Amino acid sequence: MGRFVLRRLVGMVAVLFAVSVLTFLIFNVIPNSDPAQRIAGKAATPNLIASINEEWGFDDSLPDQYVTMMKKVFSGDLVSYFARENVDERIIEGIPATFSLCLGAAVIWMFFGILFGYLSSVMAGSLLDRALTVFAVAGISVPVFGLAAIFLIYLTYKTEIFPSGEYVEFASDPLEWAEHLILPWITLAIVYVGFYSRVLRSNMLDAMNEDYVRTARAKGLGERQVMSRHVLRNSLAPIITLFGLDFGALLGGAILVEGIFNINGIGLYAFESLKNVDLPPIMAIVLFGAFFVVLFNTLVDIAYAWLDPRVRLGDSAS
Amino acid sequence: MAAEANAEAAGDSPWLLAWRRLRRDRVGLGFLALFVLIVVFVLAAPLWANQVAHTGPNKTHTLEKVEVDGEQREVVNREGKPIGPVWLGAGGKFFLGADGRLGRDEMVRLMYGGRVSLFIGFASALITLLLATVLALLAGYYRGWADAVISRGLDVVWAFPVMLLAIALGISLAVGGLQIGPLHLSGGSIWIPILVIGGVSVPYIARPLRGQVLSLREKEFVEAAVAQGAGPLRIMFGELLPNLTSTIIVFFTLTIANNMLLEAALSFLGVGVQAPTTSWGTMIAGGFDLLTSAPLLTIVPSAMIFLTVLSVNVFGDSLREALDPNSKLRLEARAGLPEPEGTAV
Repeated sequence: MGRFVLRRLVGMVAVLFAVSVLTFLIFNVIPNSDPAQRIAGKAATPNLIASINEEWGFDDSLPDQYVTMMKKVFSGDLVSYFARENVDERIIEGIPATFSLCLGAAVIWMFFGILFGYLSSVMAGSLLDRALTVFAVAGISVPVFGLAAIFLIYLTYKTEIFPSGEYVEFASDPLEWAEHLILPWITLAIVYVGFYSRVLRSNMLDAMNEDYVRTARAKGLGERQVMSRHVLRNSLAPIITLFGLDFGALLGGAILVEGIFNINGIGLYAFESLKNVDLPPIMAIVLFGAFFVVLFNTLVDIAYAWLDPRVRLGDSAS
Repeated sequence: MAAEANAEAAGDSPWLLAWRRLRRDRVGLGFLALFVLIVVFVLAAPLWANQVAHTGPNKTHTLEKVEVDGEQREVVNREGKPIGPVWLGAGGKFFLGADGRLGRDEMVRLMYGGRVSLFIGFASALITLLLATVLALLAGYYRGWADAVISRGLDVVWAFPVMLLAIALGISLAVGGLQIGPLHLSGGSIWIPILVIGGVSVPYIARPLRGQVLSLREKEFVEAAVAQGAGPLRIMFGELLPNLTSTIIVFFTLTIANNMLLEAALSFLGVGVQAPTTSWGTMIAGGFDLLTSAPLLTIVPSAMIFLTVLSVNVFGDSLREALDPNSKLRLEARAGLPEPEGTAV
């Protein structure tokens, strides 16, 4: 186990480095224009551009420029020249709202994804299965903002059943917190509900043909026990893997949802910065977002290896 | 079912078998018909614009009046609210109303915007599949260090959430433009979102394809080709590629659907298609400002994206079913699940 963890950590550091280099290339090297001008944004004056050139060292060699950029992002003195504020501070302020949004959405999508997948595989071919399939395919085809628009029009503006997003701190009023987040949660979760129920359904249908299921039936277990104890349990593993990948990457969807529902988190910060073509915040959010994914996936891998020794054995064999 | 499959297998080509299965799939064909209908709709854009609406997608009508059922109405009223759908009341003009303060014809924009959205979906999916196939063939055929380099490179791209990577590329290139050798793309070029979307989707397709190449490479027919003196290029493109065709076709449809959603999201955020070019995504972004007074400006283009993506998804699923009924390559393969068992080596 120790060797496995060590190998994973070394791999993780290598990927983190590669990710940061790629981010540097995307923002400062690949585009065909003056990087200082891009970073200055709409507020660009010749003086500002000259001072950015100086500060970011755009006349230095590329490795030096890379080091300067990483220092700026991670030491917390990255500033947005457009909004004239510290980028890292704004990002940290946004964590509670973004975390609330993502966590709630994840709970909803895991619950309904597993419930729908279970029901439609147990009753494969029934009317319910078909209805759930239609729902799932529709769910993965719907553009998030279109769905959000329909929610806002019919559930907020016309009927006033739900408030129009905005973030209320959990500590100040848990009920308000949930009420304000429920539409954003559903909007963010619906794609994954469709997707996970499909994955689980097909995994369970495969598992039903396995020998251990026949054995379980043969020893006289009831159908419900066979399904929940044996088929479902063995079909959940890929779902957990997927969940690790998707939860880490949820910030992408959060940008749209927070922007539309005006939830004051990291996503809204990215959304506004994009509208203002303000690059430093986007640079930092992309980098932190990718770092989070890599860290989170490494943790999931290690937890997985701890739970299932075959993973770490298989890994060293290959 | 087994007997039927055996009877079918008597000497017919796999494509013929697939066609026979597809022909019986009414749902799949129904959605194919819907997709064709949407394509015809967007292709008819110039016809509608010139013959019926007598305007262009970017022509403004801010201060004009239009006669609806014999009554003169302002295209944009004093509060800046655009005229709503008048259907055929003005002889086809402003069928879906106007799009905002600029008073452009929403129906004309919907048709032209659809061309852009569909074109980006197709072109970027083509780029994704082309790159992914070549990378998968190289990695799977040469193995060793070529595989190591390609796989690690894909891992790095994979580490980024797709949306974040696309946003990063989209914003830097939209501001800066792109220079590849002699080829220059300005920031507003439609090819920037095409390259960005096509590029970020590559790992999701290249990984499962590589797994397939690795297992195909061990088959006897490759050994036979080697024995006949075939070079690497002939083995990759003459022997391995034909065996990947059905997988590639299925991935192509699913990638179109995914890429269209990504285009809409990027354009909505302002880092995809740039004005004055219109896509369904930019139309939704514009409509959002008028969500309370003119909700249709958001709902109609959203519905068009939904119907297009839905039809491509459902038809793609039917295609997979028809081409390879026993395949493990399901809808979820593109989510980045580990390669199906049996293909990984």
